[in-house]
Amino acid sequence: MGNITTDRDGAVLSVDSLQVTYGGAVEAVRGVSMEVPDGAVVAVLGSNGAGKSTLLRTISGTLRLHRGRVDAGTVRFGDLDLTRRDPGQIVRAGVVQVPEGRRIFGRLTVEENLRAGGMGNRDRAAKATALTRVHDLFPVLQERSGQRAGLLSGGEQQMLAIGRALMASPRLLLLDEPSLGLAPRVIGQIGEVIAEINRQGTSVLLVEQNATMALGVASAAYVLDVGRVSLSGDARELAQSDEVQRLYLGHTGASPEQRTERAPRRTLSRWTA
Amino acid sequence: MTQFLSLLLNGISLGAIYALIALGFVIIFKASEVVSFTHGSLLLLGAYTVARLSDPLGFLPAVLIGLAFTALAAFLVERLIINQLRGAPVISLAIVTIGVDIIILTELIRQIGPDILNVPHPWGGDSVRIGSVGISENRLIAMGVAGVLIIAFFAAFKYSSWGVAMRASAEDGEAAALMGIRQGRVSALAWIVAGVLAAVAALFLVGAPTPGVSAAAYTVALRAFPAAILGGLDSTGGALVGGLLIGITEALAAGYQDQLSFLGRGFGEVAPYVVMIIVLLVRPSGLFGTKELTRV
Repeated sequence: MGNITTDRDGAVLSVDSLQVTYGGAVEAVRGVSMEVPDGAVVAVLGSNGAGKSTLLRTISGTLRLHRGRVDAGTVRFGDLDLTRRDPGQIVRAGVVQVPEGRRIFGRLTVEENLRAGGMGNRDRAAKATALTRVHDLFPVLQERSGQRAGLLSGGEQQMLAIGRALMASPRLLLLDEPSLGLAPRVIGQIGEVIAEINRQGTSVLLVEQNATMALGVASAAYVLDVGRVSLSGDARELAQSDEVQRLYLGHTGASPEQRTERAPRRTLSRWTA
Repeated sequence: MTQFLSLLLNGISLGAIYALIALGFVIIFKASEVVSFTHGSLLLLGAYTVARLSDPLGFLPAVLIGLAFTALAAFLVERLIINQLRGAPVISLAIVTIGVDIIILTELIRQIGPDILNVPHPWGGDSVRIGSVGISENRLIAMGVAGVLIIAFFAAFKYSSWGVAMRASAEDGEAAALMGIRQGRVSALAWIVAGVLAAVAALFLVGAPTPGVSAAAYTVALRAFPAAILGGLDSTGGALVGGLLIGITEALAAGYQDQLSFLGRGFGEVAPYVVMIIVLLVRPSGLFGTKELTRV
């Protein structure tokens, strides 16, 4: 695992001018370039349909399952070209994804889920180390190891999904909206867990709609808008920017009075006319 | 009472054989999302290979080659056809397997011709009596072998890495792929296992009280389909229960056909299908099947 060298800028993952289409027609990602520096947490923000999941599918090699195709551009992991490789090779290279909506194996036990996560990891010793790490991070998974995963709470399922991915001893962890559908308190815990995983030496690419959590953990961030990078930079600076404040942190740039004065009148008149 | 026990025992042994076939059917469905109708001809292929090779090579080598050959055929069907069509609608795939089945079957029937090929089982056609209950040695051995294979199968399915990978990718193929589980490999292995199980079933199906390998062995194999479906297409436990249920029903219906004569002669042969229809009317997804079979 440790033999992946970073390129000259120290980036462990670099995406260059990536273009992806679905079904030969729908452009989901239009020329995205981004980087994850080695040892960093990088956030990708964006609303539904911005191309966030497509970006992760491309990195993980599962585009084909969605009838998607890379039309141009490259995805590099260190000096390894990941573009168009199959998911198994990408996992073995050290890039592992926690998919959106957790996608744990509900009919398998917690222990079996973790075992499934370690399937891409041939090294027994590494697997044992990974299991200890997962149990240290999430003691609840050890307590519930014989239980069907489908019976866990939402937060526990998210922890299992992250733990399952860690079983492959990833060098780079991809997280697709880990906060989705979770209570605010649990979202806070997930944020802490991500920070801890990163402290232990795993780089993280975090895709989120919850900008507060994401910008809290990340050092850098990119904002995707309809398949393009519309903003990028230092996470703290981005959090202060007007656009991010307005779009993702719920602070409106315009004053409330201005907004109510404009919009509704016309639609009303149309109905009353 | 003696007659009942005798029929029950014979039904269980027949059911164990059906369960082997049905298990293969179910794991193929789980691993490749294909309802595979090639199973009947694969089974006949196994029986034919054993019958043809027994004479020159001896029984045991013929059996081993028969198992290997059937497994190889199943593997090739998966690699060359099913794997190439991944993502095609389930119905198209099912029809494709019917096509493959007809091709293999036609060739086998041409080879077998009107003859009945004898398989020289070392245990011959003798019957044994357990108390007052009689059963052919062949069926008794079948029950033992099937029992051992079924236990081994369930143990592997529950505890081995293959079993975990198989269940994980059956539940969520994309998530399994993201864990580095190679679905192609899981699927190919499922076909190989199914091929071996079908060949073992074939070995016993063409022994006493059946006279030998003829094209009729194919229709016997077809009765494993209702076994798999009434158990629930995606449930291995269901395949076992379904197999036994069909075997027992068939034996009882055949044994009591004088009392059941108002249903017409030969009711034993259609009884499995009648049971399947009744079970599905009550439980549309089978006894142990998952309600929602179509995954998005």
